[in-house]
Amino acid sequence: MTTDSDGPAGGFPTPPREFTDEEGREIGVRSADAAETETDPLCQMYLDFDPADRAQGIPPVEEESIRDWLDLILTQDSFNVVAWHGDRAVGHATLVPDETGAYELAIFVLDSYQGAYVGTELVRSLLGLARAEDIAYVWLTVERWNDPAIRLYRSVGFETTDSQSFEMEMTISLAG
Amino acid sequence: MHLLLCLGPGEPAVDAFDSAVERATEADDDVTVAVFGDSEDRERLTAHARDRLEGVDVPAELRELESDPASRLVELAEEEGVDRIVLSGGERSPLGKIQLSRVAEFVLLNATTTVTLIR
Repeated sequence: MTTDSDGPAGGFPTPPREFTDEEGREIGVRSADAAETETDPLCQMYLDFDPADRAQGIPPVEEESIRDWLDLILTQDSFNVVAWHGDRAVGHATLVPDETGAYELAIFVLDSYQGAYVGTELVRSLLGLARAEDIAYVWLTVERWNDPAIRLYRSVGFETTDSQSFEMEMTISLAG
Repeated sequence: MHLLLCLGPGEPAVDAFDSAVERATEADDDVTVAVFGDSEDRERLTAHARDRLEGVDVPAELRELESDPASRLVELAEEEGVDRIVLSGGERSPLGKIQLSRVAEFVLLNATTTVTLIR
C-alpha cells in the first residue's frame, strides 16, 4: 500500500480536500452525506452521464429513476464523496452497506473528467473516509472487460476475489 | 410458441415468472415451468406456480429440478424442444447493480434456444 502525506487513514486521505487534476483543473472532494442540496447537482451529473459509461444497469437513464436511485444510495447508512469542479459535480463515489456489515463501492466520473486521476482521488478519499469510520471490508464488482476501472481499483489496493462470472469481484481490507 | 419458464428462489424471480405467465396467456403460448432451489424453495415455488397457473388458460406442465438447475434447464429445453427459455435477470446489489445469477449466466452461454431475461 502506498503512503500519503496528506492523509492519516492508512495512506488514504480524508475529505474535504482539493487537488489539481491532470488537465490542470482545481477539483474539490467533499463528503455528501445527508446534504439534500447536493442531490440536484448530482442528478444533473447523471443526466449528463455518457451511456457508454454505464455499468451493470447503473446509473439509470431517466431523471425520475436517477432520483429514486440516489435516494437508495444517499442514506444515513451509506457514505458518499463528490468531486466538484466549481459548482458542478463531476464525479461521485459511494459505499453502501450489504447485509453482512461490509460495504459495496461504486464510482462514476463524467466522461470529460476521466483519465485525469479524478476517479482515483475520489476512491482514495472514500476509502480514507471508510477507514475513519472503522469500515473494515469493501467490495465491488466490475465488468471483466472494463480495463481502466480494474486498473484504477488495483492501483489503490483492491484484489480480485472472484473472476468466475461476467462480473469480477474485487475486495480491499481496511482493518488493522 | 412453447416456453420454458424458469422459477428459482428470490423475489425478482417470482415477479418475473408472474409477468411471463401473463404474457404467455395473452400470446396463447404453451409453457413448461421448471422450479428449482432447495427442497423448501421448491415446495413454496411449486405452490406459487400452481396457484398462478390456476384459472389462466395456458397449457402448462410443472417440473422440479432437484440439482444442477443450470445444466438441467438447458437439457430440459432441448428435451422438450422449447422455442424459448424465459428467466429472471437476477438480483440487484446493495447499490443497485444488476447481478446475473450463476444459473442465468450458464443458461445464456449454453442454451441452444433463444433466452429471454426478464428485468
